[in-house]
Amino acid sequence: MDFTFPKEYELLRRMIRDFVQNEVAPLAKRLDAEEYFPAETVRKAAQLGLMGVPFPQEYGGVGAGETGYCILMEELGKVCTSTAAVIGAHIGIGTMAIYLDGTPAQKKKYLRPLASGEKLAAFALTEADAGSDAAAIRTRAVRDGDVFVLNGTKHYITNGPQCDVATVMAVTDPALGARGGITAFIVEMEWPGCSVGSLEDKMGIRGSGTSELVFQDVRVPKENVLGQFGAGFVTFMKTLDLGRVSLGAACLGGAEAALEKSIQWAKTRAQFGQPIAQQQAIQWMIADMATEIEALRSIIYRTAWMVDTGQPFARMAAMCKLYGSEVSSRCISKAVQIYGGMGYSRDIEVERMFRDARIAEIFEGTNEIQRIVIASDIFRGEGLRISP
Amino acid sequence: MDFTLNDEQRMFAKMFADFCEKEVAPLAEETDHEEKPPLQQLEAASEQGFLGATFPEAYDGAELDTLSYILLLEEIGKYCVSTALTLNVHVALAGMSILRHGSDEQKEKYLPALAAGEMIGAFALSEPAAGSDPSALRTSAVRNDGHYILNGNKLWVTNAGIGHLMVVFARTMVDGEDRGVSAFLVETDAPGVKVGYREKTMGLRGVTTNAVYFDDCRVPADALLGEAGKGLGIALSALDFSRIGLSAICLGAAEFAVDAGAKFATERIQFGAPIGTKGAIQNLIADSATEVEAMRYLVYRTAWLAGENGRTTEESAIAKLFCSEAAMRVANRIVQVHGGYGYMKDYPIERIYRDLRAMEIIEGTSQIQRWIIAGKRLAAHGLKL
Repeated sequence: MDFTFPKEYELLRRMIRDFVQNEVAPLAKRLDAEEYFPAETVRKAAQLGLMGVPFPQEYGGVGAGETGYCILMEELGKVCTSTAAVIGAHIGIGTMAIYLDGTPAQKKKYLRPLASGEKLAAFALTEADAGSDAAAIRTRAVRDGDVFVLNGTKHYITNGPQCDVATVMAVTDPALGARGGITAFIVEMEWPGCSVGSLEDKMGIRGSGTSELVFQDVRVPKENVLGQFGAGFVTFMKTLDLGRVSLGAACLGGAEAALEKSIQWAKTRAQFGQPIAQQQAIQWMIADMATEIEALRSIIYRTAWMVDTGQPFARMAAMCKLYGSEVSSRCISKAVQIYGGMGYSRDIEVERMFRDARIAEIFEGTNEIQRIVIASDIFRGEGLRISP
Repeated sequence: MDFTLNDEQRMFAKMFADFCEKEVAPLAEETDHEEKPPLQQLEAASEQGFLGATFPEAYDGAELDTLSYILLLEEIGKYCVSTALTLNVHVALAGMSILRHGSDEQKEKYLPALAAGEMIGAFALSEPAAGSDPSALRTSAVRNDGHYILNGNKLWVTNAGIGHLMVVFARTMVDGEDRGVSAFLVETDAPGVKVGYREKTMGLRGVTTNAVYFDDCRVPADALLGEAGKGLGIALSALDFSRIGLSAICLGAAEFAVDAGAKFATERIQFGAPIGTKGAIQNLIADSATEVEAMRYLVYRTAWLAGENGRTTEESAIAKLFCSEAAMRVANRIVQVHGGYGYMKDYPIERIYRDLRAMEIIEGTSQIQRWIIAGKRLAAHGLKL
């Protein structure tokens, strides 16, 4: 057992920290207040290779694997959840699907510009009537010679308004359903028939764009079928499994920032003639936060190591997302409480963090779905199959 | 024991429900979205006599019993926490302080004006360095030539932005000597008063919460409310009462949330069936409904006790602590029932979630409520905190 990070990861973290402090932190408030999309941050991240951190260098990435990617998300999560959502949706699900299941030709054509950050990706699975029940999607792709004709509307798509490329799940055989009837496609948003639908007005992560993607008679060449025809369900499940680890890492960053801010505030805020840190009510909140953060850190980097060393990790990934999102919400709520009235003011960062954190319990599979994933994996070992 | 509302209370409850559906519910979204003070709602409330809900008829009040007042706040809280909180600060913190501690002249001068909505009341206690610890307040009131001269900065003065009359707490100085905290009635347009920065808040966006600055503000000696040096007692007794109202607002919002969650779970189909057929969702609804009923009887009982006994320091702290935390748990669960929809501004639960987060902080944080409760219980055994 060795729980230290290798030197190259320490260097990567240092580089990311500098980037985050210089380029991300100064814009965080504006992103939230003005629903401002961080286009120039994305451009600067691309210059450092950060838009492709986990992907091999031959495709324009950094080759830092899941561990390196978790470091990026943790550091981003500390200062700006909106930016973490934008980069996370790009790397962790949009581009990841192409990395996992793309052919060499697809990787050359799409992974390279995406990993180098020339283009921005989105992952288009959810529909108005298909959220937790992802297999209920209705977007259709019908074969017409050498193309598939795509029709349908995707919902709640992170990076929807800004993306150049979307990995889109569509029904290719309604009779087969989830197993064999859904196919993944790589779609370029500038193709005729692709458009951005209505934008969402959200509680938090207001700097990341969330919208519908509308596909109307979009002609997708058959070379853009991603993964095996009919195996789109497998593609998106694999992709989401990985996305959950890094989402947990972003939550870890949010929780750590909440703890750090709480400590600083508790040291300086005086009431009853002494710093509030002298009150046990405050001490207990700090101690509980610190404890949960260490537990979270351990499962995140252990799971990243499992990914990087080729071990099965689906159950652990669900735990990263479930525990990460709940720990960050609990820690940030405690930070709001420690700040008192100040914590409710939009002039103070913990207020934004509180609103931003709430989505992590919902998106990329609600926590109810994570619990089902974990329980069904456990009971599968016992020979019992669980239906959702 | 009798857990039923009497005929009059039932009639009031029906009337409050009709009022809220007509006058409060339709404005809730724009109140939040545009950060618009609920003036239109207050005007409608004044026509019904709600702005003087608990004042005696002699002062043009509606003379509601405490439980009926609580039913009113519960009902408004269902639809618009901003409006309910604004009303409670006006009635319970400003109005009731005057009713309980004011001279006949002060009551005659201000209570009918407050009841009619000609004046809106505010409560100025917190300061930058005096939040949980109000005894640390530094605003001074120097006695001089039959007047008091106020200097200092107040923070988070609810209703200051729309109010006309503030109950202001300041340290009284007589001949250079600190005589303790006193309460003063100060009109917001008095010379030397400046209503400053309006806080940009997570929720409660219809509520105006401002800084207020006093710069050599000269008020006559008869602006003193109650006895000099007894200001903290006035503040704490006002908070004992208003915390019951705040608890009722939490109850109303949580009730609305459970109902909205049950409706959504019935209509939203996933995996071929309403999500309400899933145990995971049922648990969220069931735990929330259970906590709402616990809140309800805690609030009603505390209101009844306040009507019987007057002072309910410990009971109000228990009600406020439990209701604010339980309502937040309920709102959190119902956001979860809504899934992605719960995070968007199109459904009221997104607003309710932000609104309710304030309740664990304002009018005494949860930590202060616990301290009050533990203090009372330990004092019963001779340990003083």
